[in-house]
Formats: sequence, structure tokens, C-alpha cells
Amino acid sequence: MNSGLAAPIIIPFTTAAIMLLGRRRPNFQHISSMLAAVLHLATGAWLLYTVHHSGIQVLHVASWSAPFGIALVADHLSSLMVVITGIVYTAVSVYSRADVTPDHQQRGYYPLLHILVGGISGAFLTGDLFNMYVWFEVMLMASFALLVQGKTRAQLDGGVKYVVINLISTLLFLTGLGLVYGMTGTLNMAHLHIKLRMIGDPGLVAAVAVLFLTAFGIKSGLFPLFFWLPASYHTPPVATSAIFAGLLTKVGVYALIRMFTLIFPFEGNGLRELVLVAAAATMIIGVLGAATRYHVRRILSFHIISQVGYMILGLGLFTPLALAGAVFYMLHHIIVKSNLFLISGLIQRHGGSFELSRVGGLYRSHGWIALLFFIPAFSLAGFPPLSGFWAKMILIRASLEVGQFVLAAVAAVVGLLTVYSMVKIWSEAFWKPRPEGISERAGCVPPMNAWMLAPIMAMAAITVLIGLLPGPLYHMARAAADELLEPGAYVYTVIGNM
Amino acid sequence: METVLAILTGAMVAGSVFLMLSKNLVRFIFGLVLASNAVNLLIFAAGRLETSRPPLIPQDATHVAVAVANSLPQALILTAIVIGFALLAFIFILFFRTYQTLGTVDTEAMTDAEPFASEDSTKGRRP
Repeated sequence: MNSGLAAPIIIPFTTAAIMLLGRRRPNFQHISSMLAAVLHLATGAWLLYTVHHSGIQVLHVASWSAPFGIALVADHLSSLMVVITGIVYTAVSVYSRADVTPDHQQRGYYPLLHILVGGISGAFLTGDLFNMYVWFEVMLMASFALLVQGKTRAQLDGGVKYVVINLISTLLFLTGLGLVYGMTGTLNMAHLHIKLRMIGDPGLVAAVAVLFLTAFGIKSGLFPLFFWLPASYHTPPVATSAIFAGLLTKVGVYALIRMFTLIFPFEGNGLRELVLVAAAATMIIGVLGAATRYHVRRILSFHIISQVGYMILGLGLFTPLALAGAVFYMLHHIIVKSNLFLISGLIQRHGGSFELSRVGGLYRSHGWIALLFFIPAFSLAGFPPLSGFWAKMILIRASLEVGQFVLAAVAAVVGLLTVYSMVKIWSEAFWKPRPEGISERAGCVPPMNAWMLAPIMAMAAITVLIGLLPGPLYHMARAAADELLEPGAYVYTVIGNM
Repeated sequence: METVLAILTGAMVAGSVFLMLSKNLVRFIFGLVLASNAVNLLIFAAGRLETSRPPLIPQDATHVAVAVANSLPQALILTAIVIGFALLAFIFILFFRTYQTLGTVDTEAMTDAEPFASEDSTKGRRP
């Protein structure tokens, strides 16, 4: 019916196939990567426009009608996530020109990047649980290969931990999926919404729901399941870690939101309380972990965890405002976090190291980087009027509205501690004089690279824009939240009257 | 028949958890192989076992009149086996390469990505 829905999946995979042919032509690979990414972004934007104006879109693949075939479904949440994927995809594609070494390029960096994005887009768009498993696998495979491409000691060590824990998560997902199928006889997510509510035994449903919670909790880096993330995210090249940091954990968060709004009943079985406690613990542990680190990318990795806590807090509160806050937070966070990782590449290139003890004086020598760092860093910490301020405000307000004062306090305090880490990077890398003994690397101070600067500036501009005009984005996030809390329209669109 | 499969699956999962808790990566791999096969059996059993008939219908019929075997779990398992096989191939190579580079299969000795706190703080202290 609406075959354009598959475009955000088809474009990256087609590009990946074409890329394999052009292994020895970095120029060709880079330019077509950028084109594909822009095209992906455009189809995502078109999808969002269509969904916003004419409601939820569904594509029954190969015209197999809903509960039997695979359905691709785009509602507000899915299409917003595809658009944001497109933005990060474009930024990273442009940045790759400066960051990816010929060695990585020869070993297939570009095809893997496209496969990764294809898997991510598929996971966002699918309306079938088993299909989601397949997209997760596609995404994981590509991320495994990207992570250990350089084969350095740290990459292999981090890679082993990443691979091991993610495979366990995958097995849990598959187990849950098998049990759900055994209980209901269907795997279509809209159909499951109806069928699971007919199961007489709520304990059985809750037990399976916990399997999914654990599986996606590992993917999204929830406390106490996050240890793979800070072990691995700082080891690959900057472009790779930026796309990982922006998107991979958020696919887990997306899956959690989808599971517990559409498929599993959330209220009345203690899961909500469990999720709220996990969210608060995730926020606190993540930010404390970051406070103890002195390596730019390791600080940022720990902040991913603490920020995921905010999104899960929005899910756990389960009011329209809170879910809108979670979606808003996710969109803001993806832009800001990818950008910070990209900027860490600038710090390394111009300052010489990711270790804060070995860089300094960048404010004096490269004021531009300081300004570019300032915007996303203080947006992450929640300074008004940047995007993170609104995201945090919505969530704190949502917690106050339902009387969760402790959670509101945790969210506010974690915001303050985030400022501590950002100020630490700021004062160490930018303000402190260049450390003794680490000379201005004479003769090889690299010039500013437009391929690196352009995506960073564009994403910083988006952050400022969301900060100054949060209205339209909030409006979208609210529409997504309303759809999530009233899944009737989603179910009706996918399977009609049953 | 389902009971037998359920017990078998449970035993396999128990064994795989025991193996995966080891700090030795080689043991972990065997645990993983066992676990992924256990999950495949679970999906198979979840689709209900029916030994009587293949899931074929006459050309002009629209639905089956008698109980037939459920073919969907087989399709699911086939997909899961293919994916699992690819992942295993990758993980074998990754672990082998890790063993070659780091010289150990003991996960507690692998600290290259995250140096111990003491090393980190000496590196990170203000000069």
C-alpha cells in the first residue's frame, strides 16, 4: 500500500551493496555515503510529514495481510526516530572523510556503517516481534565488526565484553519471543496487544515481560546491566563511537517503550515500580561513574548511561507528559551525544589526546572548538535555553505532577552532577594551560578540517534551534506519547477490525 | 512430548549458565552454543508438537480441516539457527584473535580497555 515506508531500510542496504564494489575508491565511497545518508534523511522527513498529516502508515510486506505476514508500521515515534537516525547518519557520513583511516576504509568501514543504519531503521519501523529480533541481529553484527575493526588491544578487550553481553541479551529476547508465541500464537505486535490481554494468568505474562525488560535493559544500558558500555564505547574510531553513542542504546530504549506501551500491560504487576527504581539507579550510577573518569570519551560513555535513566524515567511515570518527555529527551540526547563524541575527535586531533591530563590550552589556541563544545555539553547538562533544559524540565514536571518528589529530586541532582563532568572537561581541556612536557607538536599542528567541522556545527545549530523553539518538537513528541498511550489507532491500522 | 522437551531445555539452559559464568572464554563459547540450541528447542516446543500430518492443504481448500504440524516455529528456528551460526563464527574468530593479541582467555586478566583505577588516576591526575 505504502511502499515508501521501506525506503529508510532499502536505501542503506542498497548503498552497502554498492559500497562493496568500490573498495579501492575512498572518494566514491565517501560521496555516495553522504548522498545515501541525505536521501535516508529525506525519506525519513517525508515519512514523518505523512504520519503527522494523515495518521499511522502501514506496509504489509509482499501483501501478506497483517497477523500472518510482516508489517512495517510508522507512527509518530517510529518516524521521529527514523528522522533522527537520518541526521546522525548524515553527520557521521560527512565526518568519516576526515576520521576514517585508509586502513579502516579498506577493511569495509563504509558498507558496515550502512548495514548498521539499515538495521537500526528496520528495528524502528517493524511491527513484528520476530522481525525486530532479526533487525537487532543485523545491527549487532555490523556493530561488532565496526567495533573491533582496528584490532588494537583495547578494542579487542572492549569488543569481547560488548559481544558477550549483547549475545546474552539477544538470547533472552529470543526466549521471550518463543514464550510469547507459545502463549498467543502470534508475533505481530498489534495482534499481541489484543491477544496478551486475553491470557488468564497475569503472572505468566509478567514473567515473560521481565525477560524482555532484561534483554532490552542490556541493550539500552540500564542499571545494573550496563557494564559492557563503558568497557567498549571509547575504543573504536570517533565516527564509529559517535553513531554507537547516539543510536545503539536508544534502539533499546525505543524497544522498551514499544514493548511496555503496546504489548505488555505495565500497570498492576510491579513492573512499573521496578522500572522507576532502575531508572533512578541508572541516572545516579552513570553520572557518578563519569565523575571518576579522566578520559573524554569514557566520561561521555558514562553519561550515556545516566541519560538513558531519564528516558526510562519518562517511561516508568507513564503519563502523557512523561512519555512525551521521554521521546523529547531521546531526540535531544541523540543529537547532543553524537555531537559530543564528534567533538572529542576534534579535541584529540588538535589537543593530541583523549586523556584530560595530556591536553590543555585549547581555548587559547582553538577558541572555535571551545564554543562548539560548549553548546552540546551544556545542553546535556540542562542549561537554559538549550535543548536539554526543556527535556529535563518536562520530565521533572511530569514527576512532580504524579507526586514522585524523590524522582524529581534525583533528576535535578543528576543534572547538576552532569554539569560537574562537563565543567571538568571544559576546564581541563580548554582552560588549563597546556601541560608541561607536551609540546605544541611542532610542525604538525593539523589545520581545521571542514569535513569534521561542518557536521559538528550543523548539529550544534540543531541543538540551539530546539532550545529556542522547543514548541514544534514538543508537539511531535506529545503526539507520539498520545499514540503510545492509546494504542487503539495503531492496532486498528495494522490489523483492522478483528 | 512437550514435557520431555521442557525438561531437556531446562537442563541445557542450566548447563549453559554454569559454563557461561566461567571466566574462561572457551568455556563461555560452549555455554553460548548450548544456550542458543536450548532457545531453539524452546521455540520448537512453544509451537506445539504434532506428529500426525504435514501442513499441506488441498489446492482448492482455504483452510485445513484436521490438526497439522505448525510450520511457523520451524521457519523461526531456521532463521535463528542461521543468525546464530553467523554470530558463532564471528565470536570464534574474535576470541581467537583476542587470544593471539592479548595472550589470555581469562576475562579477569583483560584490562586493556579499562585500566585499573590506580593506573587510571595516575594517568588522569593533574600534572
